[in-house]
Amino acid sequence: MTTADVLMLALGAVAVGAAAAVVTTRQIVRAGLWLVVALGSLAGLYLVLSAELVAWVQVLIYVGAVVVLLLFAVMLTRAPIGVSEDLDRSRWPGLLIGGGAGLGLAALLIDAYQWSTVDLADGAGAEEVGAAIFRSWVLPFEVLSVLLLAALVGAIVISRPDVSARVGR
Amino acid sequence: MMHPVIPYVIAALLFGLGVYGVLTRRNAVLLLMAVELILNAVNLVLVTADTTVRAALPHTGGVFALFVIVLAAAEVGVGLAIVLQLYRLRQSVQVDEVPLSYEERLGEAAGSGEAVPLDGDTWSSNARTASPWSVEVIP
Amino acid sequence: MTGMLGAALPLVPFAMALLGFLLPHASRLWAGLLGIVGAGVALVVAIVLAFTVDGVVETSHAVATFGELASRTGGLSGDFEVTVGVRLDSAAVYVAIAVGVVALAVQVFSTAYLRSDDRYAPYAAQISLFTAAMLIVVVAGDLIMLLIGWEVMGICSYLLIAHDRRLPEAPAAAVKAFLVTRVGDVGFLLGIVILGVRAGSFRLADVLAPGVLDPTTITVVCLLLLCGVAGKSAQFPLHTWLPDAMAGPTPISALIHAATMVAAGIYVVARLFPLFVASPTALNVLAVIAAVTMLLGALAATVQDDIKRVLAWSTVSQIAYMTGALAVGAPAAALFHLLTHAAFKALLFLAAGSVIHAVGTNLMSRMGGLRRSMPVTFWCTTIGLASLVGLPPLAGFFSKEEILHVAVAGSGWRNLLVYGVGLATVFITAGYATRVWLRTFFGQPRSPEASHGHEPSRPMAWPVVALAVPSALLGFAALSPAFAEALGAPEGFTIGAEAAVPLVWAALAIAGVWWAWRVRPADDPARVLGPLRPLFGNAFYLDAVQHALVVRPVTALARAVRRADESGVDGVVEATGQGTLSLGGVVARAHRAGLPRAVTAVLGGAAVLGLAAVAIGGVWP
Repeated sequence: MTTADVLMLALGAVAVGAAAAVVTTRQIVRAGLWLVVALGSLAGLYLVLSAELVAWVQVLIYVGAVVVLLLFAVMLTRAPIGVSEDLDRSRWPGLLIGGGAGLGLAALLIDAYQWSTVDLADGAGAEEVGAAIFRSWVLPFEVLSVLLLAALVGAIVISRPDVSARVGR
Repeated sequence: MMHPVIPYVIAALLFGLGVYGVLTRRNAVLLLMAVELILNAVNLVLVTADTTVRAALPHTGGVFALFVIVLAAAEVGVGLAIVLQLYRLRQSVQVDEVPLSYEERLGEAAGSGEAVPLDGDTWSSNARTASPWSVEVIP
Repeated sequence: MTGMLGAALPLVPFAMALLGFLLPHASRLWAGLLGIVGAGVALVVAIVLAFTVDGVVETSHAVATFGELASRTGGLSGDFEVTVGVRLDSAAVYVAIAVGVVALAVQVFSTAYLRSDDRYAPYAAQISLFTAAMLIVVVAGDLIMLLIGWEVMGICSYLLIAHDRRLPEAPAAAVKAFLVTRVGDVGFLLGIVILGVRAGSFRLADVLAPGVLDPTTITVVCLLLLCGVAGKSAQFPLHTWLPDAMAGPTPISALIHAATMVAAGIYVVARLFPLFVASPTALNVLAVIAAVTMLLGALAATVQDDIKRVLAWSTVSQIAYMTGALAVGAPAAALFHLLTHAAFKALLFLAAGSVIHAVGTNLMSRMGGLRRSMPVTFWCTTIGLASLVGLPPLAGFFSKEEILHVAVAGSGWRNLLVYGVGLATVFITAGYATRVWLRTFFGQPRSPEASHGHEPSRPMAWPVVALAVPSALLGFAALSPAFAEALGAPEGFTIGAEAAVPLVWAALAIAGVWWAWRVRPADDPARVLGPLRPLFGNAFYLDAVQHALVVRPVTALARAVRRADESGVDGVVEATGQGTLSLGGVVARAHRAGLPRAVTAVLGGAAVLGLAAVAIGGVWP
């Protein structure tokens, strides 16, 4: 059990606990906040795994933009503040499939890796990852920028107010 | 020196929790949050795989994790735009209350007394266009 | 030349009819002109032909050949031809003159009678078309041509009966006329086809040549042809359409249902008489039909209140006289009576038209005393009725006497039957004719319209007066041997001493009716018949019998077929569509899943696939 392991266990526990809270809490706003916790501890996990760029991008974009966007959506859809009773559908399909998938994958991975060890390599610092992107992965990078443009345009078009049909004529 | 099984198991458990959330939550925003969990589980696997797999191109896992983050951001943007439009149309974002056919929509409207535009017409500001093949250039 | 004139006879009215159909419906001047010109030209051509035709003139042009038919039926060699051509002899020309005269009179009369009609152009064109069709029947030298003219007459009759669309009974009467004659026409068509195929050609000259056909064929053909004759000429049992056809305008009743179309059957039998002579069975059937119809028509005419119905039943009875003459082997006498009947029956119908036009109703119970206000019409009607009864020296006397003379001169049960029934019918005819005469023109007016009777306008008066001339004088043509020979009786027409017997009967009947009327002038003289009145009035309920035996089963069958078609045949088609739609709906409902169900299915499927991959791939130890 190295220090890295201990750190990973701790951060992992926090992440899994927060994720469980996200999918089970009965207050919508708190789910968003628990998501922040989960994503933040994942960023910590990335740091332990010496993937610094990924970690900070995670914090910047996921925690900084995506979760904020989700909270905006929660506000704009007039989510009730406080406990709301009707947030969940019947649970057993979720338990069955989600539990099956999660535990099955865990079993698979445990079986694959047992208690082997790896050396933490040089790590994915900003310089190394940048070099890798612009050397080998330039095309996907450019395509992603087009994708972002398409998503931007699409989001604007979809949410225009005059595109909705007249309700309550 | 570390044991890669730990982050892998964490990822698997996150994935399972995400799937449970997708299947159980009724609110569309909460469903998107659960989808984020799934994507993060994948990211964790990718980053960990960077350390366990000797790839021909170094740091591929990290690169792909970045790409996934970008995709997730785009997806959340568009998804939330849809959710907002849905909210404008139906005043609610419960995913199991969306009517599946025109008849169901008429049935709901009859119950609540609201007006329903013509069939095949949800994207047109002119409610009289009834053809599903008519394409309107939105000004 | 004669051939061309013969062809022009039907072609000119046909051309006028085509032009008339192109006119706008309300056009009156041009429609009337076209009609009158058509009938007039046909009449002039017929008169010219009367002077130029000597013996039998035939022309024919082949228009179609049926080679296959020839080789497969009756072992004929060579091609089987349908020809177009005329066969003119003096009898045909005289009948054509009669048709022309009546058609012209009707066209002139109609211009005034239908003054307020808004569909005059098609009416006049249909009359021209009918005239053309009748003339085709008269001059046809080929059986197919004759059949064409026959059928076109039928359709014109249907169209013209139904002309006044405001009358509720007109469409039903037109359909009844068409269907009843259609039943006869089926037999007629079969007869012509068998005749043509067996004889190897449809030309009349070939068909009538002796020795071409065997006796069985001749009998079968004659009986089939008699079906058509009974239908078109309104003989028992296909007579039920004629009284109802009086729903048509009165000029039409004069043209079609008195003078020409109903006489077409008699004319065809006379034309094909060599065939009928060779078949005693057919002549027997003719005799029985004649006897039954004579009495039936005359008895039914005695109690009718509608003046047109009296004349219609009278027509049925008089045509039966012609049928009787044919049955005893005297086609010349039949044709003679055809000509005189055309004259006086058309006269009577047109005069009745004038009376109806003046009084506004068909019913004799609302007439009376019109002698003073309509003198010309009165005297013309008197001539017509006297001719109908057969009083000398009018035309009807000569033709009726000739028929009775031929009947009594021969021997055999046919002659006896025709003579006996004919004699009895004279009595009844005189009775109903006197009744009509007295009820319409004598006594006090029985309605306000009757007291305001007036003479009709000139276009209506002149045809009536013009027809009174042949009604009175045509009989004297019997004294000319050329006339008799032209009609086909080389020995001439003779009037013997036995002519006194019918005259005595007629006088008795006239006296009786006059006395019954004199006792109570305001009442119907037919009241003396007492309980027989409803029986005669409904023509022995034969209409009801026909309705029960034929109309109701056929209607029920039609309804059943329609139900079978709608629920069976249509049902299969529609059920296929409906079934497909519902099946599609079921599948659609199964397929249409909300987001939660869809997501569950996708993720569940992915989990199962992953498990399957792990298990099959052998990763699991």
